[in-house]
Amino acid sequence: MSNKYYHGLTKSMMFTIILVSFTPLLTITFLAGYQYSVAYKSRVVAHLRELVLKHDQSIDYYLKEKTAEIQVLAAVEGIENLKNEARLEALHNSLLRHHRADFVDLGLVNSKGIQVTYVGPFNLRGANYADAQWFKNVQEHQIYISDVFLGLRGVPHFIIAVLIESEGEKWVLRTTLDFIAFNTLVEDIRIGETGLAFIINRKGEFQTTPRKNIINEIPFLKKLAAGKNEFSGLLHRRASISMKINPATGRETIFVISPIKSGNWLMIYQQDVSDAFSDLNQAKNIAAVILLFGGVAIVVMAYLMSRRMARKVELADIEKGIMNEQVIEAGKLASVGELAAGIAHEINNPVAIMVEEAGWIQDLLAEGLYVEDNEREVLRALNQIRSQGIRCKDITHKLLSFAHKIDPTIIRVKLNDLIYEMAELCEQRAKYANVNIETSLADNLPEIAASPSELQQVFLNLINNAIDSMDPKGGELDIATRFESGVVVVSISDTGCGIPKSNLSRIFDPFFTTKPVGKGTGLGLSIIYGIISKMKGEISVKSALDKGTVFTIKLPAAEAE
Amino acid sequence: MLATILLIDDEHGFIDTMSKRLSKRGLTVYTAYNGQEGLESLAKYGAIDVVVLDVKMPGINGIDVLKIIKTEHPLVEVIMLTGHATVESAIEGMKNGAYDYMLKPCEMEELRAKIKEAYLKKQSQETKIYEARARHIELRRGD
Repeated sequence: MSNKYYHGLTKSMMFTIILVSFTPLLTITFLAGYQYSVAYKSRVVAHLRELVLKHDQSIDYYLKEKTAEIQVLAAVEGIENLKNEARLEALHNSLLRHHRADFVDLGLVNSKGIQVTYVGPFNLRGANYADAQWFKNVQEHQIYISDVFLGLRGVPHFIIAVLIESEGEKWVLRTTLDFIAFNTLVEDIRIGETGLAFIINRKGEFQTTPRKNIINEIPFLKKLAAGKNEFSGLLHRRASISMKINPATGRETIFVISPIKSGNWLMIYQQDVSDAFSDLNQAKNIAAVILLFGGVAIVVMAYLMSRRMARKVELADIEKGIMNEQVIEAGKLASVGELAAGIAHEINNPVAIMVEEAGWIQDLLAEGLYVEDNEREVLRALNQIRSQGIRCKDITHKLLSFAHKIDPTIIRVKLNDLIYEMAELCEQRAKYANVNIETSLADNLPEIAASPSELQQVFLNLINNAIDSMDPKGGELDIATRFESGVVVVSISDTGCGIPKSNLSRIFDPFFTTKPVGKGTGLGLSIIYGIISKMKGEISVKSALDKGTVFTIKLPAAEAE
Repeated sequence: MLATILLIDDEHGFIDTMSKRLSKRGLTVYTAYNGQEGLESLAKYGAIDVVVLDVKMPGINGIDVLKIIKTEHPLVEVIMLTGHATVESAIEGMKNGAYDYMLKPCEMEELRAKIKEAYLKKQSQETKIYEARARHIELRRGD
């Protein structure tokens, strides 16, 4: 297992955690955010619309009320009273008393446009309105409310004029309404930083003083009033709403437009979208910040957690590796025990010979060295002791080479040598079991990358099993190696008792054994399986009852150096 | 003591020397290098009293050889010779009628003593058989 593997594991765990945490978070955030913003926007818009509706009503009402007042005056007083300046003044005072300063002045204009009587702060008696637009209009419409204009007095104002017909002559009663009082009606609409309301006439002239300098917007408003731009669709219904880029400011702006004064004026409320929805934007910002911090926290947590988990997995793997080694070690001890029987016998024989020979020498010495050819006999005996000693040494060496601790270090192994060694080690046992070991090893065999002591374990186990299956009737044990399409194949075939079909699928299971209690651990084949699969090799078995068993191991050849 | 013995073991060097030593001690010694050969020698030389038999041998193993000896030559005494690892099989041999067992490598004097005991046992049994036969003949005479 390489570091890379655990890095990959960390990454995949991290991405899974992040994905799983972010998906619901983002889904909820966006869904709820969308719902909230839609609801919030519609509420804001509805509120603005309500506001404008209310104001346009109250303005219309204001104008109507003032007009009605003048009409009542005109109707009740009659021309004679109106011509009387003192009477007119009394009327004006009464109006002032009851309407505060709304009615600035009051005047009567004759059919030629000359103001015959006038009450008010300006000296306008005798003023000639024959050419004034309102004078012409009132002749046509009976009642006329003018736009705001400077007029003769040079102060913004607007007038209400009522046509009175008396004895075939046409008079006009006109009053000037205080622009400031009127203005406050509209100016009261203040929302946020940019929200403002104003009234323009169809020529785009302001009828109120806008709270802010919006001179830049005048060309745009002129077009709007004339119905010549994209907003013109809004002019026909009351309090229609649009959210478009305001060409004057370049910002997205909410427009609420309502025609008033029979469509002569337009009440316009405008507010930057960003300002109107500033609470929403703030909420959005808060959500974004929370999302950002939450996201960072999730990512950090995911990273830390997956690293910790990968570390734990790594530790578990290491532990597993250690356990595996211990199991292999235990299995080896078991097979060493099995070996020991054969080996002890093998050692005992030369030792017995040596003891005998030594005894023989003693016998001869007791007889005297120079009797007959005793001297030569002693020399022969000594040579025999020597050669038997060497035999002992060979056996112990063979055993030692196997019995050292299992070393999982992977090196390049010449498989033939290893198999030969193992076959030799088992020779003695095979002899007593009347088993004939044959090896047919291919000489073109490439080296393989493996741990030699683990491989020894594999072959010793398989050879021991094969011998067990043939003991005591005897038989043939063939170990063959060959090189086949890049794979080293070793087959170990015996002519033993075979494995019943019902057991074939279980032979690699740990602790599966058919031997009596105390004879086998049932670990051998499972350890072999573990070792072979660790080397990315394959092990397969074919068996026929009483005919024999063939184990085939396929191992990948080592890459060329 | 002039017992005639047969050594059966697959280790040539071992039984060759042992036979020399036993011969020097006045015994008549035959050797065989495997079970089959041993059985043949037994049949060939009728006078064999005691067999020293190795347990672990290629071919027919010691226990099987013992079983055959005990059926074909019931009077012949068998001493099992064994390495430590096969003590169980030596005991198994005793169950099958072996006189005793010895561990390799063995002390000459101990072996001699065991051979002597076995020889004496065989002698006594043979004597009993002679006596029984004699009595049988006597009884027959008395008919």
